Amino acid sequence: MELDLNKAKEFYKGMLLIRRFEERCVELYSNQKIRGFLHLYIGEEAIAVGLMSALSQEDAIFATYREHGHALARGVSAKNIMAEMFGKMEGCSRGRGGSMHLFDGAMRFYGGSAIVAGALPLAVGMALADKMMKRNRVTVCIFGDGAVAEGEFHESLNLAALWRLPVLFICENNRYAMGTALKYTESETDIYKKAASYKISSKQIDGMSVIDVARAAKEAIASIHAEQAPMFLECLTYRFRAHSMFDAELYREKAEVEEWKRRDPLLVFEESLKEKNMWSEIDSAKMEDEINNTIDEAVTFAENGTLEPIEDLERFVYSEASHG
Amino acid sequence: MDNITTYREAVREAIRNAMREDERVFVMGEDVGHYGGCYAVSMGLLEEFGAERIIDTPLSESAFTGAGIGAAMNGMRPIVEIMTVNFSLLALDQIMNNAATLLHMSGGQFNVPLVIRMATGGGKQLAAQHSHSLEGWLAHIPGLKILTPATVQDAYEMVGLALSDPDPVLIFENALLYNSKGSLDTKATPTPIGKALIHKVGKDITIVSYGISLFKALEASKTLAEDGIDAEVIDLRSLRPLDDETIMNSIKKTHKVIIVDEGWKSGSISAEIMARINEQAFYELDAPMERICTAEVPIPYAKHLEDAALPQPQKIVAMAKKMMGKA
Repeated sequence: MELDLNKAKEFYKGMLLIRRFEERCVELYSNQKIRGFLHLYIGEEAIAVGLMSALSQEDAIFATYREHGHALARGVSAKNIMAEMFGKMEGCSRGRGGSMHLFDGAMRFYGGSAIVAGALPLAVGMALADKMMKRNRVTVCIFGDGAVAEGEFHESLNLAALWRLPVLFICENNRYAMGTALKYTESETDIYKKAASYKISSKQIDGMSVIDVARAAKEAIASIHAEQAPMFLECLTYRFRAHSMFDAELYREKAEVEEWKRRDPLLVFEESLKEKNMWSEIDSAKMEDEINNTIDEAVTFAENGTLEPIEDLERFVYSEASHG
Repeated sequence: MDNITTYREAVREAIRNAMREDERVFVMGEDVGHYGGCYAVSMGLLEEFGAERIIDTPLSESAFTGAGIGAAMNGMRPIVEIMTVNFSLLALDQIMNNAATLLHMSGGQFNVPLVIRMATGGGKQLAAQHSHSLEGWLAHIPGLKILTPATVQDAYEMVGLALSDPDPVLIFENALLYNSKGSLDTKATPTPIGKALIHKVGKDITIVSYGISLFKALEASKTLAEDGIDAEVIDLRSLRPLDDETIMNSIKKTHKVIIVDEGWKSGSISAEIMARINEQAFYELDAPMERICTAEVPIPYAKHLEDAALPQPQKIVAMAKKMMGKA
């Protein structure tokens, strides 16, 4: 993949936005502006940014409960995401979903699912509809390493392969299903091999390198269109923060965390741009300012947002045209 | 134009007509294609519509139900067939956490126009993993609609009603009814979802039923008539939404009510109906409300035990006579 300067700026800024957004979320959580569960994407930014760069506006995305980064990289407005976490009507899910359930129809961003592996069957169905209607688009389904232990993972991979559906499966393998290491739960810890056993073309890639992810995702999308068959990418990554705000991190060594932090996707990319003599063209200080403004505006927007009237509590259980 | 046909053929005809009219409609489930459907409902549809629209699935209830949800969110009108309600528990995550929830969780952005059909009920000596009636249990879940066609006409109409609904609709077909015969008018205006029907008008006591219990209630009402008891028989048709109005209006007339419930008593739909009567028509009652439910055991294999476990007309008769002081 050719990395021109514009692309390099876009990638770096995209990852930095997620990093700073998540850091602000921590503050807002401590200040009790954001409540419920909050799962941070810090350390995994390269996957969302690399992946989304390969998609068209026509493609659909299903994500996990650690999806702020996916939503931001897809182009869901930071304002609407922040308002959602503040529980305001201006939120991308009207405040009905919160951090784990970000949705945006215009972006074809279908959530935000907090049942591990629960969205894989939905992605299969979405792609089935596209195939039946002869629409040339791809459905991307993002999930973690914990999902591979669920039956729905295996059932869905089988169906996608059997029916040759245009699904791109993205496994973000951050090595821990909440607090239990993969080695304690899986007989085969190379997850991409499981996909291969369903005859799905699969690869294991460096999820800390935005360039690697972007390249692999672009090739995967091209292959899905050409072969009319699903693809599977296992992205090796690491979350730098706790699983959620309630996690004391007793299950992993600090040294391990520090080791992975040396592979921070922002640092890795910076090094790579230095090697290409492009880093001097990246005005990271200016980017920081712009991102800071974007996040400030998002927080102000969320603060000034509207609390939905209690009278509307029972709306959206059934479609408004229907009589539930 | 009325025709005498079977419940099975009525469901099939409804699916066939819907598929001819709307290319978005397709059928997906275990053995629906080459086998012709576990209860032969989809027999012949593969030949007419092809394997792209009559889709045999692996035994992956969760994945194909979830795939139905995904397809529905992407413009299709899937009919997912699950062999029996007991197997649907393998798909309960998709039914409850996705189908019933997505519209709300997305702040009204994504509705799920999905139809799920499944067989329900005991009476065929299939024992404890093929015989339960869990429709009342699923009626607990906001976001779903729960239909229980009893008649051939409803077997036909409810497929179309469910397909034209923007939200997930579950249709529970009692397996004993597939061979039942009745008249079918495919041109009739369908009775909407959420509207109960009074199948026999009476003045002495109300019998509330749904699904196969309609026929048990009607049979009981004939016996009761011989004893001079004029029962009114209601077919709920839909367990969610419930037609409170029809139930309460009947009680205002008869002042006595028996509810027949194919499910277990504890935490049942009959308990819900009794609670609503208590809330809305308590002072209309001349006698305590009563109910005939399935005994609180997993359905046994032995015929005499199974018969004893399920609601039966003679139990309804005995209860009605007791309430009328004629026991």
